[in-house]
Amino acid sequence: MSTTPSPPESRSTVRTLLRLWPFVRPVRARLFTAAFIAIVASCIGLVIPLVLKWMVDGPIADRDPAGVWLGALYLLLLGLAEALLFGLRRWLVARPLSHVEAEMRAALYRHLQRLPVAFHDRWPSGQLLSRATTDLMLLRMFLAFPLTFLLVNGVTILVGVIIMLVQDWTLGLVILVPAVPVLVTCVVFEKRYSGAARLAQDQVGDLTTVVEESVLGIRIVKGFGRHRSQARAFRELSGKLRGTELHKARLLATILGVIVTLPELAIGAALVLGAVRVADGSLSAGTLVAFLSTALALRWPVDSIGFLLAMSQEAATATERYFEVMDAEPESPAAAGSRAAGTTQAGAAAPDSPAAAGSRAAGAARVGAAAPRSAERRIHPPADTSTSTTEGLRFENVSFRYPDAPSDSPPVLDRVDLHIRPGESLALVGATGSGKTTLTALVPRLHEVTSGRITLDGTDITEMSREELRSRVAVAFEEPTLFSASVGENVLMGGGSGAADLERALAVAQADFAHALPRGVDTQVGEQGLSLSGGQRQRLALARAVVGRPDFLVLDDPLSALDVHTEAAVEAALRRVLADTTALIVAHRPSTVLLADRVALLSGGRITAVGTHHELLRDNPEYAHLMSGAPAGEQEDER
Amino acid sequence: MTAATTAPVRDQDDDRTPPSGDPFDQDRLPTPPGATGVLLRSLLSPLRGRVLVTALLLLLQQAAVQAGPLLVAYAIDRAVPAFRDDDNGPLIAVAVGYLLCAGAAGALQYGFVTASARVSQDVLLDLRGRIFRHAQALSVDFHERYTSGRLISRSTTDVESLRELLEEGLQELVMVILSAVYISALLLWLDLGLGAVAVASFVPLYLLVRSYQRRAGRVYRKRSTAIAAVIVKFVETMNGIRPVRAFRREAANDADFAVLNRRHERTNGDALLEMARYVVGSRVTANTTVALIVLWGAYRVAEGSLELGVLAAAVLYLRRLYDPIDRLGMFLNSYQSAAASLEKIAGLLAQTPSVPEPSAPRELPARRTGLPGREVVFDDVRFAYRTGGEVLPRFGLTLPAGQTVAVVGSTGAGKSTLAKLLARFYDPTDGRVLLDGVDLRDLAGRALRREVVMVTQEAFLFSGTVAENISIGRPDATREEIEQAAKEIGAHDFIAALPDGYDTDVRKRGGRISAGQRQLVSFARALLADPAVLILDEATSSLDVPGERAVQRAMATVLKGRTAVVIAHRLSTVEIADRVLVMEHGRIVEDGSPAELIAGTGRFADLHRAWRDSLA
Repeated sequence: MSTTPSPPESRSTVRTLLRLWPFVRPVRARLFTAAFIAIVASCIGLVIPLVLKWMVDGPIADRDPAGVWLGALYLLLLGLAEALLFGLRRWLVARPLSHVEAEMRAALYRHLQRLPVAFHDRWPSGQLLSRATTDLMLLRMFLAFPLTFLLVNGVTILVGVIIMLVQDWTLGLVILVPAVPVLVTCVVFEKRYSGAARLAQDQVGDLTTVVEESVLGIRIVKGFGRHRSQARAFRELSGKLRGTELHKARLLATILGVIVTLPELAIGAALVLGAVRVADGSLSAGTLVAFLSTALALRWPVDSIGFLLAMSQEAATATERYFEVMDAEPESPAAAGSRAAGTTQAGAAAPDSPAAAGSRAAGAARVGAAAPRSAERRIHPPADTSTSTTEGLRFENVSFRYPDAPSDSPPVLDRVDLHIRPGESLALVGATGSGKTTLTALVPRLHEVTSGRITLDGTDITEMSREELRSRVAVAFEEPTLFSASVGENVLMGGGSGAADLERALAVAQADFAHALPRGVDTQVGEQGLSLSGGQRQRLALARAVVGRPDFLVLDDPLSALDVHTEAAVEAALRRVLADTTALIVAHRPSTVLLADRVALLSGGRITAVGTHHELLRDNPEYAHLMSGAPAGEQEDER
Repeated sequence: MTAATTAPVRDQDDDRTPPSGDPFDQDRLPTPPGATGVLLRSLLSPLRGRVLVTALLLLLQQAAVQAGPLLVAYAIDRAVPAFRDDDNGPLIAVAVGYLLCAGAAGALQYGFVTASARVSQDVLLDLRGRIFRHAQALSVDFHERYTSGRLISRSTTDVESLRELLEEGLQELVMVILSAVYISALLLWLDLGLGAVAVASFVPLYLLVRSYQRRAGRVYRKRSTAIAAVIVKFVETMNGIRPVRAFRREAANDADFAVLNRRHERTNGDALLEMARYVVGSRVTANTTVALIVLWGAYRVAEGSLELGVLAAAVLYLRRLYDPIDRLGMFLNSYQSAAASLEKIAGLLAQTPSVPEPSAPRELPARRTGLPGREVVFDDVRFAYRTGGEVLPRFGLTLPAGQTVAVVGSTGAGKSTLAKLLARFYDPTDGRVLLDGVDLRDLAGRALRREVVMVTQEAFLFSGTVAENISIGRPDATREEIEQAAKEIGAHDFIAALPDGYDTDVRKRGGRISAGQRQLVSFARALLADPAVLILDEATSSLDVPGERAVQRAMATVLKGRTAVVIAHRLSTVEIADRVLVMEHGRIVEDGSPAELIAGTGRFADLHRAWRDSLA
């Protein structure tokens, strides 16, 4: 399982970059054509010195004006061809490369949306965002330049060297001498640069996280006047990033220095040697001119290798970072395959994460051993259970521990048994942090039970697709998140269709304020729209939960941000909805509890009491304490 | 999936004026003319010295590099004939010259790259810091309108494009200009006629660059807006992943994201195509000039009016003259994209905080009473949003030092606005808010925050440990003090039960810490800050009753004597208040002690009765 940010695997640059192939594949024809064209264009550039040589040794030496005209015409044509081919190359790849970048971003987004919630708990969204933006831009640039030009320049250098060797092999060999030290430097440099590049990219991710948090937590920063300490944290991180970037620059400067000096020295040597031989008469002046202009024409291809390699290196780390996220296993798309066919709990381990599956299987085995009778029942559900006990929402022996929690830590939920009958609403009460929200998250499978099972009308929720499950269960979260869309769209996300459903839902949630907004229910809200108060958002979230008339309703403290007036009105309306809906309601206050038919008390990860509000208020000191704040008496054993 | 297809992503076409006229809607803040240039200059001017050194290094480096063809000409025209006459001197000079040039070019290259990296990194450090500090200094009302995604995109992708400009682009530009000047001068010196032709070719090149710049500028501005929209959507989805999953928004989000992503893809492709067009134009011009010069030069060599070596050198130089033209394109590329980004950054930096720091801050007087609290006076205050819409009509209110005041009323009654005025998140439209007689606007931010602390309903946790989160209240607090604060508020038990106790990393915005627990942590924070005035804005909404009682106990003991404003929905909170204000439509409609109001026949009495019934 990946953690944030996981150490880079030692994979070679090339092998890492090869992972891009599936995304590049659809545009491979264009990319290869473009590379081929670039090679041709570069080779044309190399032919130009040959034309020069021909002119110097031929028409110029012979004082032949017609030949000069012809030579110039050749040069012009070659020049135009080179220009058009380079343009053609760019034209060919412009759209496809933007497309590759966009596809990779869409794939990342798609994948992230389907990764388990536990993954998102671990990964700061700044790290995810920097992968979706900076890293992907780096990759596009890599595909546009280094990938093509490493090839093109390689071929150009090869052809150029051959031309030089053919012209004069001794001078050619002199030019080749620095190749070995330059290559060695490149290899050494690549390794060290790779580490620095990765570090820099991770530091950018961390910086993004600080920026994001300081924006999202702006009221706290302001409320406590902590701009300075935030700014200090930011400065420290950006200072670190600067250090890494400077380290990178020094590495790059070294390689560039070597790449500039050595070939230049070789050219100098070739010049001196060539001059001696021209003086001897063993070499023509035209050959020397052509030779040197070829050598100089190779300067850019050679010089550029340094920064092309640097870009490739950064692209490789970007690829690594990208696939770190892409390699994380998404939620299994539907029911676990083995469960549909399997009959025992042990065979039910969902394949989404090996570690979790392992512990789940182990947990199941333990449960199986401890409670053979209930396991028996699970094998033949319809045989010995009457309809009335299987219908509704049922928690059977449910235990839960966060997948990344140490296996010896106490589970958050420990063998919870709970049955909400069809049409019944049950309030869930417990002290702060007793696991109420966690329990509600298990129903729509935002987290997976560690052992035990949850059934809806007798069907294990792992046997239905998440799509189906989530369409039957509607949730209102404690933190009401609205999306950038209109009020109406936000509400209708919960299902339902048309204005009638919308009106009904808004009425239930007492969210009539929506009509008074600047553009009524078409007013944009969320990140990109009007900011609403906590109470307003909570009511819209509630409307969203009830709009689709779901079979099952899970409400996590749905009225916490409402004022007493509104709360009373919402309760009255909600009571009508709850009359025929199976609902689980997390409640902190008596008024919310009174919405429900029965109450369950969650304490220490277990359900310790179930009954009506008044029964529990009378009989259960812990409950009375939670509801009225009266000091809890002697802790009784409720069982 | 019905909602999926109907949820449109708002089209933000740059070329049309926004229908609403609200610059925030369109991610286009008003940028004063020339602000971008001013920003760039102000970033670079402190580094003037180093910029000069860097430029000098590049100047010398180019001189060393450009000496090559000159030595070639000298070798062919002088050294070869001299060598034939058994004079080794010139050839040795060529060898030594080349050796020196090569060595110098390499060393200077190293020096230049490191020096320019220092300059660009310092500029980026400065800019990142400025954006960050400025965003932090801007008022809450700004943040309520400028989305977090946009702010993030300003300080990430927009800074990134400036980085590209500084690291690659600027260097290219200077190199291009320098080599153009050097080479033109050398060509003119070698041969006036050939040089003049080369210089003349700059005219069409200049026109080409101009037109590219204009066209690409448009495209890049669009692209920058497009990527910001992508980021906003991305951040929103990742931060709301739970509801996304629960309401099966994945497919709908994919569709929305695809629209935004495609728009970015299109503008991206447009930008690359502009570049292709430019490259063809510049190459054609360059290669045609080379052909012309060779034609004329060869003609003259054939005539005998030009030496062969000079022609050879001229041709070698010409190739170098035009080689960097593509790179000029790269510079323009990064320049355009950086200019678009800088414009947005400048727009952000040009926003003035609507709650500015005082130019001449006043000190608070010593406390008048023996109590640790301070007196708060709303003196003839009125508040309306800048866009119009009165929230609080003119009112006056005095809260004596040490009083605990509960504010109740329905949503939208103006309770939070009242609190925000007191915390100086907003400034009143008219009138003054006084703390022990001093206008809040005259207090330095630090002094104000030491005295007035507000705890809100959204209990945001920063990444870091629980202890670090609490110590935001008072950064110099010791571990004992932190634990003491947590104990007093009733948060110690759950914190101690966390895997690493106080050193537990809360990870991403407190994923594993429940909403109620987060509120306790924010209370511990406030307790640690030990303010004179404490404002609780629905700060207990997620607490259970015992949790709320613990908070009340802490207020009655630890915070005893502080002035407190408590906005609460629950009447249990109100019980500890000395005084209750009932608000409606921005007005205070009832004001009295809880007992008085309960005994009366007003709204509060009704509310209280309903609440008592629910406990029965």
